[in-house]
Amino acid sequence: MGEYIFAVNAGILGSDFWTGNSWIIEKVLQATWETLYMVVIATALSYLFGLPLGVILVTTEEGHILESKGINRILGTIINAVRSIPFIIFLILVIPFTRLVVGTSIGTVASMVPLTLAAIPFVARVVETSLKEIEWGLIEAALSMGANAWQVINKVLIPEARPSIIMGVAITTINLVGYSAMAGIVGGGGLGTLAYYYGYQRYEDLIMWVTVIVLIIFVQCVQMLGDKMVAKMTNQRR
Amino acid sequence: MSYYANMIGIIKGTLIGEAAHLVEITNLSKIYHTAHQEILALDNVSLSIKRGEIFGIIGLSGAGKSTLIRCINMLEKPTRGSIIVDGQDITTLNKQELHQARQKIGMIFQQFNLLSSRTVFDNVMFPLEIAHTPIKQARQRVGELLEMVGIADKARVYPDQLSGGQKQRVGIARALANDPKLLLSDEATSALDPQTTRSILKLLKDINSQFNLTILLITHDMNVIKQACDRVAVISDSQIVEVGDVLSIFSNPGTPTSQSFINAIVNKDVPEEYTDNLLRTHSDKYSCLIRVAFIGSSAGEPLISSMIKKYDIDANILYGNIDRVKDIPFGNLTLELIGEREAVDQSMEYLKRNGLEIEVIS
Repeated sequence: MGEYIFAVNAGILGSDFWTGNSWIIEKVLQATWETLYMVVIATALSYLFGLPLGVILVTTEEGHILESKGINRILGTIINAVRSIPFIIFLILVIPFTRLVVGTSIGTVASMVPLTLAAIPFVARVVETSLKEIEWGLIEAALSMGANAWQVINKVLIPEARPSIIMGVAITTINLVGYSAMAGIVGGGGLGTLAYYYGYQRYEDLIMWVTVIVLIIFVQCVQMLGDKMVAKMTNQRR
Repeated sequence: MSYYANMIGIIKGTLIGEAAHLVEITNLSKIYHTAHQEILALDNVSLSIKRGEIFGIIGLSGAGKSTLIRCINMLEKPTRGSIIVDGQDITTLNKQELHQARQKIGMIFQQFNLLSSRTVFDNVMFPLEIAHTPIKQARQRVGELLEMVGIADKARVYPDQLSGGQKQRVGIARALANDPKLLLSDEATSALDPQTTRSILKLLKDINSQFNLTILLITHDMNVIKQACDRVAVISDSQIVEVGDVLSIFSNPGTPTSQSFINAIVNKDVPEEYTDNLLRTHSDKYSCLIRVAFIGSSAGEPLISSMIKKYDIDANILYGNIDRVKDIPFGNLTLELIGEREAVDQSMEYLKRNGLEIEVIS
């Protein structure tokens, strides 16, 4: 520990600092890649399932185009149930399922399972909120032209809510970055594992700080990208 | 080819005996159920709309007119009654048939309801996509429609960049895309200024006469009825209280509701302090305040002037206006007649004999 602090103090400005710590760069780069890979795929998968669920949540509501009280209530209850489990516990709960799907519960691919499962209900709610922003008049106009439910969803609800849905994707991705760090603690790989093993268990403060900085940059980038896409879309419409 | 199609159409029409009425509403009721009570939005409404006419329904907000127009394309499901549109009872259709039927009933809205994610062109394309029109044909049709409503230059623009009047023109183009037999207008000009309202109503009238398109519009503004409609129904407290030609309702409203709508745009009332003054200044002579309503041809005759000469009385014109309802002059005049009692009575008789409506105010 003392030696390490000395190394930091003496070497951080020195030329031999980075050569001496090049293993850190390597580790961080690899972990960043793992996190990126894990989070992006989990986000994509969670939208694959969460987006339709969000659409179902909205359209099965009373008075909506696919009104069905039963489906709406059951789906809402399941979503709330999953969302009320803290992720760190959820991770452990789904281990048997993870093993079933990918054959192991450790590593990057294995962490995608709990990440995706936890994100699906979150995404469903985020999509629900986006779709509810759409004025009923637009749906009514489409119905008045003879549109069926699928056409309303496909041509009105989703295109009209697209900017809002993209904001939701950014929020989900950022959320999953946080979740992925938790998954890292139970051997999920990525920046979480790195920070936990080296930073926490081995007192390698430098690794901890580099990880934090990388995460900050990562989250900023995701948010910026989302904002830019939305701005581009709304500017085009104005 | 089209000749034969026409012939077949004509023969079919004669055989079936195409009804004169495009829309036939019979005993229509709508009850909304809320948690605590039932609200009767439409109470046994019956109404017939002729082919090719512009029919207006006027009522205050909450009177049920919005519910009524929404029942016609089943955006609201009626509780009881039947709605026959072009020989087909809309209320008995299954989902698939209803989608088909709706494609032939266009609708325009107060808030325009254009898709912000689509350009003007693609907004008008929307109903054609829904009807699975082949793309080439659809694109050509959109071009024609935009030309017709006068916004062809805005085809590539998004709705957010348009003014209210332009948005409604897009709405009209969109509503006409699938060649509807009936156009429903749900307060389509209520969000527009008077000048834009006039131009939109003119467009609707042009379309009506050019394509013989039947238009059913609802409004709370008698000006809209006056400018555009052939016939009008007055709705009050969920019931139709009066139906008739616009002109006859204007000249002779049969219910207080109709009267109040007309008063809102035709100012007949002379300020009270003014009438008080008048009566005081002529206390030595007999004077009488009357309101004269005239329609059509009598508006052109110098009846007042000849009355003055004939009965040797004075006539003081306090207020007057002339309006046009569907190009027929229609007006009213508030007069103070001053003279011998007998002469005044006789002159009023004279005006009545000549077809004017007279109302004695004081």
